[in-house]
Amino acid sequence: MSLLSPEPGLLFWMMLSFGIVLFVLAKYGFPIILKMVDTRHNYIEESLQSARKAQEELARVKETGEALLANTRKEQAIILKETARKNNILIEQAREEARLEAEKIIVAARDQIHAEKEEAIRSIRNEVSRLSVDLAERILREKLITNEDQMGMIDRLLDEIEISKS
Amino acid sequence: MKKTWHIKGLLATFILLLTAPPVSAEKSSVSPGKELNVKEFILEHLADSYEWHIVDFGKKDITVPLPIILHSKTSGWHLFSSTRFHHGETAYKGFYISTKGKYKGKIVEADVTGNETRPLDLSLTKNAASLLLASLLLIVIIMGVARSLKRNPLESKKGFTGIMEMFIMSIHDEIIKPSVGDDYKQYAPFLLTVFFFIFINNLLGLIPLFPGGANVTGNIAVTMVLAVATFLVVNLSGSKAYYRDILWPDVPTWLKVPVPLMPLIEIVGTLTKPFALMVRLFANIMAGHSIVLGLTILIFITVSLGSAINASMTVISVIFTVFIDFVELLIAYIQAYVFTLLSAVFIGQARMSSHGSKRVAQETKPLFIKDK
Repeated sequence: MSLLSPEPGLLFWMMLSFGIVLFVLAKYGFPIILKMVDTRHNYIEESLQSARKAQEELARVKETGEALLANTRKEQAIILKETARKNNILIEQAREEARLEAEKIIVAARDQIHAEKEEAIRSIRNEVSRLSVDLAERILREKLITNEDQMGMIDRLLDEIEISKS
Repeated sequence: MKKTWHIKGLLATFILLLTAPPVSAEKSSVSPGKELNVKEFILEHLADSYEWHIVDFGKKDITVPLPIILHSKTSGWHLFSSTRFHHGETAYKGFYISTKGKYKGKIVEADVTGNETRPLDLSLTKNAASLLLASLLLIVIIMGVARSLKRNPLESKKGFTGIMEMFIMSIHDEIIKPSVGDDYKQYAPFLLTVFFFIFINNLLGLIPLFPGGANVTGNIAVTMVLAVATFLVVNLSGSKAYYRDILWPDVPTWLKVPVPLMPLIEIVGTLTKPFALMVRLFANIMAGHSIVLGLTILIFITVSLGSAINASMTVISVIFTVFIDFVELLIAYIQAYVFTLLSAVFIGQARMSSHGSKRVAQETKPLFIKDK
């Protein structure tokens, strides 16, 4: 039966066409397709991986940043507190100093006032004693013109002194 | 709703077109004698021919002339158009198409004693032309896909390239990778070529209009070359263990020493595998074409039984032909699939590193690589 016996002519053409197809496609067709699909597959895989890595990195950076921020805030609070404390101390010190200085000034002023007062009193006293002596002299000059007057006076005075002594 | 009807109408027209050409082609073979020889008719359509018949318009045949290439022992090389034979009615340069005997339908020449002898016939017949056409189409398609992928490999493809890529990768990932085993990469191009070569020829065979319609993969010469290719690839890539299993299998010594019974059986076994591939593809596709032709011819057989029976048989014939055409579409894929799958499995067996299943070979992968 002719259907079951291969024709040499068709065998030749089949070998030729299949050979050419096989040569072209197995050399330039399918390997390129497979390689390109593989390339894309790898690329997608890599992209996914790098995206995941980037995300992790980002999360880590964020975490570090937050930690840094929290730390800074804490430090800031500490510094602020410290500053406030130092400030207080300084103010306190200044106040103390001021107080001491003021006291010193006051004391000095007081002393000076005292001294001046003493001085004034002394001079007033001197003046008064001089004046009283003057006055007394004048009065005496008036009253004790006579010798009796002078002697009476001396006696009286002596008496008085004796009385005050006794 | 209206649109779906429109699409259905188109589909129906298309299906009618699908089934129509065998009908018109049938007229010419039936007209001379008025008697319809069913067996003759089907065999004639399954066989190769020297011209590519398209359609008849009344008395006028429309055919594509094909080149006839002959080498006669007496007169050397000849190259002329198939139209010289006037559809087998006249002789040219002493060659003519035999009408009887063992060379029926082939080009013969009469020698001095009047016996018919065949010259070396390398004519570009209908099947050969279809083969070349399919090869060209396949190369254009696959190279197009490859170029498109190469131009921009990192972008996922849409449209035809995307579909072809998915198709190629499904064959690659589902047949070749699991069947061949470890070094599938080496064999993937060959197996993919085999798959798409068979598939495109199967599909073209299903189209009854001009560029298709040839019974290419239903021809034993075509499947024989494919099977021989598989045989060569399998046996040239056979490992030491594979050849040991053939020439010195693990059987009692008396089965192989005085008479090499088991080695003989094993050697025959290596030949029957591709033989089965050859016959399976050939028989399936040929049977599909025969069924379509047989169903179509029902219309013409029942002409003499009255118009009522003829009309009802026509409806049945069309329905069945449409059904079978769909089945054939499935078979076109399945046969390409099976051929590729079995080739891949045979290669996988031949690559086996030790006596055992492929799975064992896969499990001992590091060892296997070290072996090489």
